[in-house]
Amino acid sequence: MAGTAVSGRLAWRVATLAEIRQETATARTLVLDVPGWPGHLAGQHVDVRLTAADGYTAQRSYSLAAPAGDRIELTVQRVPGGEVSEHLTGPYAIGDPVEVRGPVGGWFVWRPTARAPVLLVAGGSGIVPLMAMIRARREAGSRALFRLVYSVRTPADLYYAEELRKPYAGLDVTYVYTRELPDGQRGIPRRLSVATLNTASWPTDFGATSYVCGPTAFVETAADILLALGHDPHSIRTERFGPSRD
Amino acid sequence: MGVITPGFTGRARGSDPRLPPGQYLTKDFPVLSAGPTPRVNLDRWTFSVTTEKDEKRTWSWRELTALPSEKFTVDIHCVTQWTKLDTRWRGVPVATLLGDLDTDADYVMAHSYGGYTTNMPLADLLDGQAWVVYEYGGEPLSPEHGGPGRLLVPHLYFWKSAKWVRGLRLTTKDETGFWETAGYHDYGDPWREQRYQGD
Repeated sequence: MAGTAVSGRLAWRVATLAEIRQETATARTLVLDVPGWPGHLAGQHVDVRLTAADGYTAQRSYSLAAPAGDRIELTVQRVPGGEVSEHLTGPYAIGDPVEVRGPVGGWFVWRPTARAPVLLVAGGSGIVPLMAMIRARREAGSRALFRLVYSVRTPADLYYAEELRKPYAGLDVTYVYTRELPDGQRGIPRRLSVATLNTASWPTDFGATSYVCGPTAFVETAADILLALGHDPHSIRTERFGPSRD
Repeated sequence: MGVITPGFTGRARGSDPRLPPGQYLTKDFPVLSAGPTPRVNLDRWTFSVTTEKDEKRTWSWRELTALPSEKFTVDIHCVTQWTKLDTRWRGVPVATLLGDLDTDADYVMAHSYGGYTTNMPLADLLDGQAWVVYEYGGEPLSPEHGGPGRLLVPHLYFWKSAKWVRGLRLTTKDETGFWETAGYHDYGDPWREQRYQGD
């Protein structure tokens, strides 16, 4: 298995909010300055810790949305009642510090040296680590063929909509809308189906790697379909998050 | 104390003594797995214990579920920061499965259907600290939560409670499992917040 050994202690570092990009009505991308950030692979995540004036702390894990640079990017979905996400998508302002540590996770990663075709299957905010892979591919000038299947409720729920709309050689994007279609698109909203993944996934003998990320039920469904289509279980990497994750 | 984030207050201070540091309470039962959920046919399901001398014991589903079982209620702590209190399980204590096997091993590698592995000291599986469970909340354990059978070691972070468990291999040397190789802590005590290597 591909492991990213983390050597020594993962230290908490102070990160400062440098830029905000609103993705949807309830999600924003936070661009953070993290002096001394050791770098990371696309697909990894970080722990974010908030400390209140009385010393109370709360921490959560968030996927990194872009490859490593001088800054790191997280996209945070507001979860009602979520003490961390409500702060990060609300009062959290440019110049404010938080603490982060990472990178964490060495399995759900894509390395720019990998040449196998890739299928990315995103449910809702599960797009975040997959977008990091798409961006890492572009940044590295990789020629690995990518396909993305991105399922959202409505067009207004798309993250990175403009960036994904721009054609990019070697990346095919298929959208699945479960509640409401874009204006002018014919058909009816539907959930991710066997037919969609049958069309979008790579032939089973191509040695492709599939990355599936989203809510538990979505990931279970998508991974089960890929298995039924004949994909090797070890070629399917999953990252699930439940409703309580914020 | 860490760096204060201005304006952050957090939710009401729930000073529940059962909540380890850095954890928050959830009433859901989130799922985390590295790959697809394996579906294991009960007719073909087996569970085995293998010693460092390659002595091996194997149980079929029918044999394992016929062993004396315990019903118990414990708190579970996931490294992704959620804690769920008062979860109800039924299963066979690992000590029962080890029985009078002759071993000098100090460590265990748990193996799962689907290829997952996780390691821990043998002592952490004895004395009523660990079970192979097959019921959750009075119902058969569902595949997404590790059914038909999973290891349950509630005093360690939940990744040690291997889903879809198919066996334990006793070893004299500590080897690292799936997440442990990827940078997670070798032992994983939630009360000492041993999330990652070096914690």
